[in-house]
Amino acid sequence: MARTLSMKDAINEAIDQEMARDKTVIMMGEDIVGGAGAAGEDDAWGGVLGVSKGLYHKHPKQMIDTPLSESAYVGAAIGAATCGLRPIAELMFIDFMGVCLDQIYNQAAKFRYMFGGKAETPVVIRAMCGAGFRAAAQHSQMLTPIFTHIPGLKVVCPSNAYDTKGLLIQAIRDNDPVIFLEHKNLYASECDVPEEPYAIPFGEANIAREGSDVTIVAYGLMVPNSLAAAETLKKEGIDCEVIDLRTLSPIDMDTVIESVEETGRLVCVDEANPRCSIATDVSATVARDAFKALKAPIEMVTAPHTPVPFSPSLEDLYIPSPDRIAEAVRKTMGA
Amino acid sequence: MSDQIVPILMPKWGLSMKVGTLAAWHVEEGTQINPGDEIMDVETDKIANVVEAADGGLLRRCVGTAGEIYPVQALLGVLAPASVSDAEIDAYVAAFEMPEVEEDGEEAPSHQTADLEIGRIRYLTREGEGTPVIFIHGFGGDSDNWLFNVDAVAADAPVYALDLPGHGGSVKSIDNPGLGTMVTAVIQLMDHLSIEKAHLVGHSMGGLVSGQTAIDHVGRVASLTLICSAGLGDEINPDYIGGFVSAASRKELKPVLKHLFADDSLVSRSMVDDLLKYKRLDGVQAFLDALKGNLFSQGKQGASIAAGVAASGVPTTVIWGAEDAVIPPSHASAISGAKVEVIADAGHMVMMENAARVNELIKAQL
Repeated sequence: MARTLSMKDAINEAIDQEMARDKTVIMMGEDIVGGAGAAGEDDAWGGVLGVSKGLYHKHPKQMIDTPLSESAYVGAAIGAATCGLRPIAELMFIDFMGVCLDQIYNQAAKFRYMFGGKAETPVVIRAMCGAGFRAAAQHSQMLTPIFTHIPGLKVVCPSNAYDTKGLLIQAIRDNDPVIFLEHKNLYASECDVPEEPYAIPFGEANIAREGSDVTIVAYGLMVPNSLAAAETLKKEGIDCEVIDLRTLSPIDMDTVIESVEETGRLVCVDEANPRCSIATDVSATVARDAFKALKAPIEMVTAPHTPVPFSPSLEDLYIPSPDRIAEAVRKTMGA
Repeated sequence: MSDQIVPILMPKWGLSMKVGTLAAWHVEEGTQINPGDEIMDVETDKIANVVEAADGGLLRRCVGTAGEIYPVQALLGVLAPASVSDAEIDAYVAAFEMPEVEEDGEEAPSHQTADLEIGRIRYLTREGEGTPVIFIHGFGGDSDNWLFNVDAVAADAPVYALDLPGHGGSVKSIDNPGLGTMVTAVIQLMDHLSIEKAHLVGHSMGGLVSGQTAIDHVGRVASLTLICSAGLGDEINPDYIGGFVSAASRKELKPVLKHLFADDSLVSRSMVDDLLKYKRLDGVQAFLDALKGNLFSQGKQGASIAAGVAASGVPTTVIWGAEDAVIPPSHASAISGAKVEVIADAGHMVMMENAARVNELIKAQL
């Protein structure tokens, strides 16, 4: 039965249900249990924003607090995955993946390939991503393109609570390493979420809104921003289709191409920095595969090529806003 | 006087509906309207349908504007005899309290659940007087299939619409599900609700379940209304059943669902999404595979209720959509002694495509 749940609670429920179903599902991370070895007090933190709160009570043998060493416990999670467990490693922020990149892209991403298909690495590495949290340049990045670039990694970045639960369950059941990125400014966003477990397959974009004039492709926080732009544009008589990629690797280009063949116009929205991004990737693929369908040049709306500013007013300007998205759409319409 | 003024309101189709778009008026001010006349088109995010007049009268005022969005129960039009003055109608419209859009979280729960021996069964209910009516949906459906029927029939009797095992919000893990599972669920729910006897209204596989319930528990069934029912012949469209079970994405599911309607534009994105969400719940795929194998193996129907229902003596009405592409309308005459009506311009989901006529036939049976 469906009821309303926040994205944060959907993450907790997905992990809870998978831990109950499968005792090889474990979770490792900093302060995810209670910090300082607290024996499961009710006020235990449950991670930096309380995502895993309550899970230690329900699954004490499957929840592990780690030292403040991402390189150590991400490596341990990857090793445990190759030996039969299904670990979820929680990094507080995607920005911290830098210190454990060797484990992620040289080890986890390569095992299946280098061992001739004999090794599986069913690990999920979860982290918060994105700007708007007043957390400055080292805690606010949208590093999705870095992981999407690496063959052997699956990359997920959901935009709502329903997708988050289904995609996280799929990530836990998946036999390959999955980088699961949660936009911190979406944690409180709510929608109907079934109580039962369910899995959403990777590589299937969601058409968040149907429209006939312009295709907007987005993921994560850029989906609600694009939907807000579409509402504004509707009043001007411009009918936008909004495609939520949901997973960046694998990516569902078929849905994007089919949509552009109908609308003839494309706006790619990406919170990542503009070079070598999801926006450039989608734009280049559409330009190659659907060039004849295009009625106007492709537009991209991205963050600027700068670090995320700490100044709140500058940070607000940094994130692609509904206004900027709407302006790009108008440009494709020749306005 | 104002007691001669009858409002035309935005209908509420299903519990999740909060607003609707008045897509078009089919009648103009000054038209004499009879109950059942098609007066306007309304669209929600779930479905679009034509609204039929609940009351007759002279349409004095179109308050709602085509293309605008209104909350449920908003005043869209005014019926009144010519003797009522324009001033009185102005006063009525001015005094009408436009409802607020319901906020999330303040609603009563849309469905109830009953923990039965067979497992949890979800159902929705409307109170009323008399012998209850129980609506039983078809293969892959749920109680929301009766969106346009529940409230209309509830005017005459208490109404229940359940989600069969494996469907909607009911228990999903069922070993070897078959016709017996479904009949057991109906009887256990009736026992749980202390319903001694009920009118059963079944659609498609739900018709088969209703008929089998009447055969197995003849004293518990007051009447049968079988809508595009299974169990009345061999044929069933294997592209629909097989396609529904195997479809794993929106692209695969949408063309399959078009078999359900004479007007396939009724297959909305939201309808496809809701069914995909159901199919992705843990246990549902295995359940549907097993149920299909037990009821519709080799692309044929395995169970027949025609002779049993005729022999049971339970009053029976058979309703079919003339354009049904899932089960052929020729099956409608299978039960000797049953009242039969084949409705034009409607497909397998005839209770949605021509709700007004189906509701009349259901009520005539009570």
